[in-house]
Amino acid sequence: MNAYGKTSAPAASAPAIELVGIDKRFGAVHANKAVHLTVERGSIHGIVGENGAGKSTLMSIVYGFYEADAGEIRVGGRPMAIRSSADAIRAGIGMVHQHFMLVEPLSVLDNVMLGAEGGALLEKGEAQARRELARLEREYNLVVDPDAIVGELSVGLQQRVEILKALYRGADILILDEPTAVLTPAEASALFSLLRALKEQGKTVILITHKLNEIMAVTDRVSVMRRGEMVATLPTAETSPPALAELMVGRRVLLRVEKKEHVPGDVALAVEGLSVVDERNCLRVADVSFAVRAGEIVGIAGVAGNGQSELLEAIAGMRRPTLGRIALDGRALDPAEHGPRTLRRLGLLHVPEDRLRTGLVPAFEAFESAALGFADDPAYGKGALFDRQAMVADLAAKMEAYDVRPRDPRLRTSKFSGGNQQKIVLAREIERDPRVLLVGQPTRGVDIGAIEFIHRRLVALRDAGVAILLVSVELEEIMSLSDRILVMCGGRITGERRPHETDERDLGLLMAGVTERAA
Amino acid sequence: MDYTTLLTIADSTVRLSIPLLCACLAGLWSERSGVVDIGLEGKMLAAAFAAGAAAHASSSAVLGLLAAIAVSMAFALVHGFAAISQRGNQIVSGVAINMLAAGLSAIIGNAWYGQGGRTPPVDGAARFGELVLPGAERLAAAPVLGPFYAEVVSGHSLLVYLALAAVPVTWFVLARTRFGLRLRAVGENPAAVDTAGISVAALRYAAVTICGALCGLGGAYLAIAQSAGFLPLMTAGKGFIALAALIFAKWRAWPALGACLLFGLLDAVAIRLQGVVVPGIGQVPVQAIQALPYVMTVVLLAGFIGRAVPPRASGIPYVKER
Repeated sequence: MNAYGKTSAPAASAPAIELVGIDKRFGAVHANKAVHLTVERGSIHGIVGENGAGKSTLMSIVYGFYEADAGEIRVGGRPMAIRSSADAIRAGIGMVHQHFMLVEPLSVLDNVMLGAEGGALLEKGEAQARRELARLEREYNLVVDPDAIVGELSVGLQQRVEILKALYRGADILILDEPTAVLTPAEASALFSLLRALKEQGKTVILITHKLNEIMAVTDRVSVMRRGEMVATLPTAETSPPALAELMVGRRVLLRVEKKEHVPGDVALAVEGLSVVDERNCLRVADVSFAVRAGEIVGIAGVAGNGQSELLEAIAGMRRPTLGRIALDGRALDPAEHGPRTLRRLGLLHVPEDRLRTGLVPAFEAFESAALGFADDPAYGKGALFDRQAMVADLAAKMEAYDVRPRDPRLRTSKFSGGNQQKIVLAREIERDPRVLLVGQPTRGVDIGAIEFIHRRLVALRDAGVAILLVSVELEEIMSLSDRILVMCGGRITGERRPHETDERDLGLLMAGVTERAA
Repeated sequence: MDYTTLLTIADSTVRLSIPLLCACLAGLWSERSGVVDIGLEGKMLAAAFAAGAAAHASSSAVLGLLAAIAVSMAFALVHGFAAISQRGNQIVSGVAINMLAAGLSAIIGNAWYGQGGRTPPVDGAARFGELVLPGAERLAAAPVLGPFYAEVVSGHSLLVYLALAAVPVTWFVLARTRFGLRLRAVGENPAAVDTAGISVAALRYAAVTICGALCGLGGAYLAIAQSAGFLPLMTAGKGFIALAALIFAKWRAWPALGACLLFGLLDAVAIRLQGVVVPGIGQVPVQAIQALPYVMTVVLLAGFIGRAVPPRASGIPYVKER
């Protein structure tokens, strides 16, 4: 039988997608355990779960990126053999991946046509693609210049190209994997209006996310995954964020961070007129000044790529500022001695944004990763040789205190989950009694349970009088942790707010560069 | 320098740049698909040997060419298997191909013919002779352009015209066809190609096969068009200069022709300058002049071409994530 034959029209009531007993293992990891899922036609269906819960694996199976070990996929009521992305596309399934599948040096038109060129020569297909793009533009208000080079577009526009690609191939079912991770709040709400418009046209949308407020805002039904299993599917109207969080983690979770009124002390870190020009001669940080007091968390909000990373690196001594001064405890740092080593000695510690590239060495055993930057600590051995026993014991104690799982200091760093790796970095830096702590994206790719732990730890540190500079692209995190919020856009600070005097809309405007003066 | 001298230099520029051009376009196809190939030299050498041996055995230049292409494609598929299917290190595989080709051609050549690795000289139908283009003799008398047509454009072997024709063909296929679009995409972001439902491996195998065919053309030209038989190590580093030309041309077809002609010109001038007494310096040593193209390569690559960004995925085996 031809799986794609048009022998019988699907019954009007048949669900868009049904997954029956999908099972998938990667070696020892049981990523999907007999998963059942029914997605109604013409609905927006959310899938939530912690990292590693199996959401992305499940959707990759639906999109033909992996093949399930067991189970059946039914599209429109008919069983389908989806062995490759080509099969999925033929079955009317489109996917917008978290990391865009775009060819950056090519034009929007070329990207849209790739794989659906409409003939051996491009010319005829190009004319047709232009007409079709114009139609989609009218129908969904999806405006993108077809001749623009994709690599030069903003992230929001690139995502639009991904959606256009799927629609151009005639997708009836659109899967979006963490689509808002890279968007400003304004771009995210534009995306949600688009999803609603698609739903009105009868398309089915599957939204994978870990942001519960997005689930509440846009979905009709929501499914929760935990450790490879589908634990619940509920109408969104009948649930709430705390209930979903509990389902995801398997226990009660505190979504709001409890914290006392802060008691700021003296200025611990002062930054004056800091500018950073990068390797490509681009001005990434432009004349930024601020101060962080002891016992205070200052959060820097902004869409990724607006200079926060460079600012953090410049303060941490990983990147040389082009202009400006940095002072610790009122003492200006000599640029010549401004390096990570000196800064550590002066009590400025750093949890870098990208734990796998700068925070840890994935190939090292955990206890080695946990000693990075402190290798000359006499506790780790005298002379040229390490006292490995002492290093292992040191990390074992920290693993206990930070609930790192598994508690094996000899396990290779890359074998830990994202949340546990992050705890190893945090433990390494925090346990050195910082006066100033720089923290970049502390909960990126970290499960809800671990997020709760990390947040409480940071607040405890602040109550103990540490000055904390927090850089995060998660607005919720910035709003719930910070005592003061600075917003960066295009390398400049576009505004300062107190968390109780602001909301996501207000911060979103600042993140998009709309300042008070311009308004 | 009179016009006749210029024409002679132009003529030898064309002749000398053809093997470079074949190898450069071969590298272009391979690298645009994301497979780095430093084995161009080895493939060309193996092809030259195959051309010499087959032409000698069959007394047919065409069979020599086909043998060259077949052997070169076989080497290309070995590289493809290592780089695409086995996800091996593409540099190591390329180096292995170079060493294998140099060793095998010398040993087999010596075993078969006992002439120090050479293949027996061939002539007549076993070589690609020089074609006289229509009207070349009649137009030779015409001023300026006439001799240019007769000397530089006309009077090359079929393989020269094939190699030159490969430039617009390469450009057209890459820029204007479905296959070309997919090939450009797979060299930049294979995951995008994979998720579009296209086989990454099939595209890359197609590209390395084309690469093999072009190296075969270059090898056959060296052995049975430019020369009259195979000589050990007769490629003399042209496969590596071609890689330099490829970077110089920023992985594009028409600039590749320009780059290869420039390197060919340097070679032609170097040959011309041998034994010439330069005022104030005296006779320039032959070695210094022969080094000229290589010195220029270093100078050009070091400073004169601006940023040359290779295809982003080149050299990286494609593995599905997670």
